This record gives sequence, structure tokens and C-alpha cells, in this order.
Amino acid sequence: MNRRLLPLFLLLAAMAVAPAVLPPFQVTLLNYIGLYSLVALGLVLLTGIGGMTSFGQAAFVGIGAYATAVLTTQYGLSPWLGLLAGLAITLAVATCLGLLTLRLAGHYLPIGTLAWGLALFYLFGNLPGLGGFGGLQDLPSISLFGWQISGAAQFSPLLGVILAVTLWLLGNLLDSRQGRAIRTLKDAAGMAEAMGIPTGRSRLQVFLVAALLAALSGWLYAHLQRVVNPTPFSVVMGIEYLFMIVLGGVASLWGALLGAALLTLLKQVLQDLLPHLFGQAGNFEMIFFGVLIILVLQYARGGLLPLIQAALPQTRRRAAVPGEAAALPRRNMPAHGQPLLVADGLVKRFGGLVANKDMGLAINSGEITALIGPNGAGKSTLFNLLSGVLAPNAGQISFLGQRIDGLAPRAIARLGVSRTFQHVRLLPEMSVLENVALGAHMRGNAGLLRSMLHLERAEEASLLAEAARQIERVGLGEFLHTPAGSLALGQQRIVEIARALCSDPILLLLDEPAAGLRYGEKQALARLLEQLRGEGLGVLLVEHDMEFVMGLSDQIVVMEFGQRLASGTPLEIQENPAVLAAYLGGVE
Amino acid sequence: MDFSILAFLGQDGLTTGAIYALVALALVLVFSVTRTILVFQGDFVTYSALTLATLQLGLLPGTLWLLLGLSLMACAFDGAIALRHGHYRRLPGLALRYLVLPAALWLILGNLDLAALPGLLQIVVTLALVTPLGPLLYRLVYQRVAQTSVLSLLIISVAVHIALVGISLWLFGAEGVRTRSLADTTFMLGDLPVSLQSLLVIACALGLIGLLYAFFGHSLYGKALRATALNRNGAQLVGIPTQLAGQSAFGLAAFIGAVSGVLIGPLTTLYYDSGFLISLKGFVAAIFGGLASYPIAAASAFFVGVLESFANFGASAFKEVIVFTLVIPVLLWLSLKHPHVEEQH
Repeated sequence: MNRRLLPLFLLLAAMAVAPAVLPPFQVTLLNYIGLYSLVALGLVLLTGIGGMTSFGQAAFVGIGAYATAVLTTQYGLSPWLGLLAGLAITLAVATCLGLLTLRLAGHYLPIGTLAWGLALFYLFGNLPGLGGFGGLQDLPSISLFGWQISGAAQFSPLLGVILAVTLWLLGNLLDSRQGRAIRTLKDAAGMAEAMGIPTGRSRLQVFLVAALLAALSGWLYAHLQRVVNPTPFSVVMGIEYLFMIVLGGVASLWGALLGAALLTLLKQVLQDLLPHLFGQAGNFEMIFFGVLIILVLQYARGGLLPLIQAALPQTRRRAAVPGEAAALPRRNMPAHGQPLLVADGLVKRFGGLVANKDMGLAINSGEITALIGPNGAGKSTLFNLLSGVLAPNAGQISFLGQRIDGLAPRAIARLGVSRTFQHVRLLPEMSVLENVALGAHMRGNAGLLRSMLHLERAEEASLLAEAARQIERVGLGEFLHTPAGSLALGQQRIVEIARALCSDPILLLLDEPAAGLRYGEKQALARLLEQLRGEGLGVLLVEHDMEFVMGLSDQIVVMEFGQRLASGTPLEIQENPAVLAAYLGGVE
Repeated sequence: MDFSILAFLGQDGLTTGAIYALVALALVLVFSVTRTILVFQGDFVTYSALTLATLQLGLLPGTLWLLLGLSLMACAFDGAIALRHGHYRRLPGLALRYLVLPAALWLILGNLDLAALPGLLQIVVTLALVTPLGPLLYRLVYQRVAQTSVLSLLIISVAVHIALVGISLWLFGAEGVRTRSLADTTFMLGDLPVSLQSLLVIACALGLIGLLYAFFGHSLYGKALRATALNRNGAQLVGIPTQLAGQSAFGLAAFIGAVSGVLIGPLTTLYYDSGFLISLKGFVAAIFGGLASYPIAAASAFFVGVLESFANFGASAFKEVIVFTLVIPVLLWLSLKHPHVEEQH
């Protein structure tokens, strides 16, 4: 059996068999673990992998529970309509909250989630028709094709199916084009945008998936308990969901299950034990959990599952490179010597500092243009203007005759401009193959649902095959499955070039690609760039290694004090008195 | 709504607003020095009020045991580190630094008739019990992880808050308390009855804000703290002990919290878990100022207080909903003003 499916079937079997072998009380506990796991799975995707911390998931559980509670008890409708309504309301509320808060930097988002988590909690307690803090009673049980799911014993097989399907869908998602995009959200969204990945959309999608899972859990909870009141949807519960994944393993799907199980079981044990110890009743287990979370974050930041996995024999999952895959369609290359990118009169000011002043240059297809100049001359600023990271204060940039100044990096990337970064931006834990495949993101179009169902395998095969081809081409074929972070810095720069090439660019912007390379590697890089030039690509190179630049370039632009000091062939530049003065010091 | 109600609500709002302002200032202070969002700032407030109330009943406050426990743990931690490096001579100094204050407090408080203590002394004891909790928590919880991401620090803060609330229930019980009023007079300002206690709260808050402003703007020590905030590594390179900066910031925050607790204690009933809502309203204010600006944070705290007071009058069931929903438009405005910037680690 498939290695990925086996644990899912085991989980399903365990949940189905549990009522026959365990006493009812423990089956109930198991059901709670299942319900919490669903929320925690969404949170792993959102927080552990997507980097968006949420303390507010319990509120979505509440929406799912209250929607069905109101429809079934007050309007006598079917629980299935309650489920649909819960998911629809959650979708609407989460879309609004997501659009409002997901764009926020780092810490504003979790504070925002605390705020709306609290606001929704008080709404549950105070809105007329929701039964106040006493809640709503006597919910009907769910029936499925005449099968009444009314007790804990019937619930656990249902939960087993739902959990296994959820794990399968999320596992599929992470192992896909969309999944790679999601993994960039945490630390590398700027890079992802430069690869043409719409990170804002990815963020919202992940947020919605997590919210819908929470609402599903709420629906199940309501019909398992048959009673709904605000307490289980408070911010404290939202915090507990987050504690579950911190405990189990922030970034792993099975860690969510482990964390939910650990927290639920520990809580059970402590609630029996602690009141004796403290001599009074109260939620004293929270002291224990608080301290436990502090210790986990101090000593085992990834959670417990990675620790367990590290102790077991290593079985690295690797994205298989398909033997046969349809080649991806390519762009039409412009003829050699055509002007690709023309910049004119560029001005960029940072407060009082003028970093670029009336700067211009032209890059042609089939040519290598080098941009050189002393440190602080404004090369990086120009590079950022051309790639859309910064918008110029004045002047214009056009690419293939189309104005691109003021466009976002993603839009520029889509036109066929691809770049590397001066400070390498790879996802260190991800394999070289997956990192490079990020570059091909724009050449696929599988959406979230197709990725979850793995209906995009043909396209995925083409993307991975293209990534493998580019890695072979830059000479790193033996490192296909190595985590990118374990390569030498020079090799990581080359991986960035492979990633840029994966997007089938017309123009390649390289920021100090030769820095940190050894002599042999530099020669290999020079051969690669010559080959690309032969294929008609335009290349802009920011580089400090003069030997490398002089031997390779067709045209050199020299910058000093934010302006163009000179431009011409390497020979002309070497003899230009102004350049010599700038580099070697002028004779006054 | 006639003028007297309006005036009463306004006064009530400004008074709670003053407390939120102090919370917001502490949040901004700690965030800018250590990048930690101090979710448990409100717990310092409740610990202080509950401690003072216990003292006024003539009982030994449980805060003393918490202080002793944390001091012993911190001392053991630093002692173990000193031993591992063979610095035996540092041990007496460590013991002196960590244990003298709690031991002295234990000795003194254990042998005094606490109820007979003058009110002012009870307040001093409260401040002495609560303020050291700040640096101790920094030492035990944060020092080791000072370099991690803002988000991990936030989750840790939430965990500390959860633990503190549990401990608070254990030490003080579930009963709500109100401390004795500091100034029990009301006088008329024209047609307006003004409570001296409210005036005192607002005056103290404004005074503390002024002091902080002077401290950060004009003293070398304050400038060093600000430098740590801007660039930790850079500050370390020019010789600023950044751990000390962290401890100082936490100490200041705990002190501000303790003062806030003493001030608010007579005006509203506080429970072991009231700190969270106080923190969050301080946050709402701090967020208005982008977690960076002291004056905007203080001004918006007064606004939040007044808004809450009027919401309480108009739609008391939805008071919290109104206050917390207010954050969302502010967040929207902030997100439009500062488009998403990638966090660099």
C-alpha cells in the first residue's frame, strides 16, 4: 500500500474499532481529540506553515456550532442545512476578517485575532436568539442515509473518516504547486512575489481553509454535545488550540493530532489530580500548560513530533522527479540585439538622500549588460527599481515597449523578467528541487481544490521535470533532494539562478551571482551565461568581480553617486579616464 | 442623556482611560525594547490590586510566595551557570542580588500587624512585592529566547499570562475585591461633582507619562534602552548590556502595572482574571499608535476609556464587542498606511 495512505487507514481503523474495545468515557475523550485535531490541522496550515498566528480559531468553531444550533432548534431544519449555513457564514465572516487583517505585518495579525475572537465570543453570549450565556439545548442528532449518529460510539467512526480525508487533502495540498506557494508565506513572501506568486491570495486561501475546518469541527461538536453555549468558543479555547500545535509540532500535520491528544489527555489527568494538590477547585491545569508551553518554546521550538521523528530512523519524503512529463510551453524569444528593457531619467529619493539621479540604461536581447560601480553608488536601488520592489520618484522604465515603472514585482515577473537576490532567499528546509520549482509557479495554473484532490498531477510532473532540467543545467544535479540550506553559499546563488530560469524569462536580473564562488565555479557560471546569451536572453549583471565582468559582458554601465558615469564595451570602460578616477582615485 | 450623566460618564471614562494609558505605555515600552508583546501587563495590575486588598485585610499576600519562588528559581538558574563556568566567587553576589529583597519582605511582613499598617506603607509594600516580578519573569522566561521571532515571543507571553492567571486564582481565590479608597471626597466644580479619587488617578497617570517622557528623551539610561530597541546587536557593540535593558524594561512595566493596580483598585471590582481585558484594551490603544508612539497610545487610551464608558451606558451587553470591533478599522487603516513588509529574521 502507498506509504502515505497507510497511516490514514490505520487512523480510520483505530477510530472505527475504538467504541468496541474502549469504555464509553474514553471513546468520548477520543472524539474530543478528533474534534480538536480538525481545528489544530487548520492552524498548522495557517500558523505553522503559513506563518499567520491566530488566537481566534475558537470563534469560527463557535460560528459552525451556533449556525446549526439555531437552524435545527429554532427552525426545525436538517443538521445538514445547518452545516451548509455554518460553512457559508464562516466563509463570509472569514473573508471579511481576512481581507481586513491578513495584510498586516507580523504581530498585528495575532492581536487582531484576539480582538475579533473576543468580540465574537461576547456576541455569542449577548445576541438575542442565541440563548445568552446559558446557550441552546436539545439539538437533534445527525442522520446519514437513515443511519442515526446519536452517541459517542457512532461518532468516532464518522470522525475517523473526516480526519483521514482532511489529512489526505492537506497532505496533497502541501505536496503541490499551491503548497509550495503556501510555504513561502512565512519568511519569503517578497521572494515569492518576485517569482510571480500572488502571496496575498495564498494567505487568504489558507486562512479560509483553516476557518472552514474550525467551523466543521463546531458543527460536529454541536451535534455530539447536543447543547451549545459560548464557553467552549472563548479566546481561552482559541489559545488552547494554538498550544496544541506548539506542543505537538507547529509545522506538521500529524503534530496537530499529537498535540490535540496530549493536551486533552493531560488536561483530563491534571483536572483529576490538581484540585487535591491545591486543596481547592479551579482551572489549575492552565498553570501547568502555561509553563509547559514556555519550556517547549525554550527548548524544543519545533514541538514534540520533530523530536520523536529525530529519534526514529530517517525516512525523508522526496518529491519524485517524473521520468516522463510533457514539456511546458515556452515564450517566444525576441530576436537578438532587440532592446528589451529601457530605463530613462530615473530618480529615487529616500528622504533627503538621492540614491538614483537621472539614471538610465538599455538592455538588449542576446547581450550581457554589466552594472558596476563603487559601494553606495546606487546599483542596488536601480536593481530594485527595475524589478519593481521600489517605485521611482520620476522617470520611466519600459519592457518590450510597455511601461513597467510602478508595477508590482509580480506583474513584472509575469512579463518575463526574472531575478536573483543579493542576499540569497531560498527556503532552507525545502529541497533544491522544490525551491527551483517555485520559479515555475507562473507556468502552471492548478488552483487550491485541484491541488487538494491531486487532480493536477500531469501539470505538477511537468513543473518538477522543468525544475530538474534547470538544476541539471546549472550543474547541481546531484543535489536535487538536498535541503537548500545545507548547500554552500555559492551553490545557493546558483540555485537561485536555476529558480529564475525555471520561469522561462526573457530578461534575467542577477545580483552578484559570482560572489562566494570558487574559480572553477565562476568559469562554469560564465559558460552558463554565455549559453543563455546564445539563446537570446538578455542578462543584467551586478557584479564586483572585474575579471568576470570584463571577460563576459557585451556592454558595461558604470554608476557613481546615483548617476551613470560611463557606458560602453569592456575595452572602452577600461580606458575611460572618469572610470579610472572613480575606481583608483583621481589625480587632482 | 442630560449634562450630568454626560459629565459623569466622561469622568468615569477618563479615569479608566488613564489606567489603559498606563497599560498602553508599558506595552509600547516593553515592545520597543524587547519586541515582546506583554500580554500579561494587565495581570500586574490585578496582582497589585489583589495584593493591596489582602494587606488591607491584615493577611499575608500570596504574592510573597510567588516572589520567593521565582527568586529562588532565578538564583538557582544563574547559580548553576556560574558553577558550570567555575565562577564560585559569584555565588554570594547572586544570592545577595536575588534573595535579600524577598527574604527581607518575608521577615518584615511575617512579623507585622499588616492591617494596622498605614495606608501609604501598604501601598509601598505592594509595589515592592509586584515590581520585582517583572525582571524575574524576564530572566526566567525571556532571556534565553530573546532572539526568536516576534511571534514566538507573543505565544510565550500568552503562555505566561495563562500561568499567571492560574497562579492568581490559587493565591487570591475567585472572590472579587475592591481596595479602600485613597481619597474619599467628592467636591463640586460648578455643577459637576468631581471625585478626588478619579482626579488622583488621572493626575498620577499624567505624571508617570511625563516622567517616562523625560526619562527616555533626556537621560543616558533611557537613550540606551531606546538604542537597544532600534538595534540590539548595534547596542551590544557599543557596550550597552542588552539583557539589563530587557530586565529594566520589564521592571518598569511591572512597576507601572503595580501603580495602575493601586490606582484602579478602589474604583472597580477586580477578579483574579480581570487582567486580560485590561491588557487588551491597553493594546487597542497601543495599536492606534502603531506600537511605537507614546503620545498617540496615551491619547487613544483615554478615547478607549471614554468610549467604553458610553458603550456601557448605551448598550452594556455589547460593551466589549464595541471596543474590540473598533480595532478592526484601525488595523485596516494601519495596513493601508504600511503595506505588508516581509519580516526579516
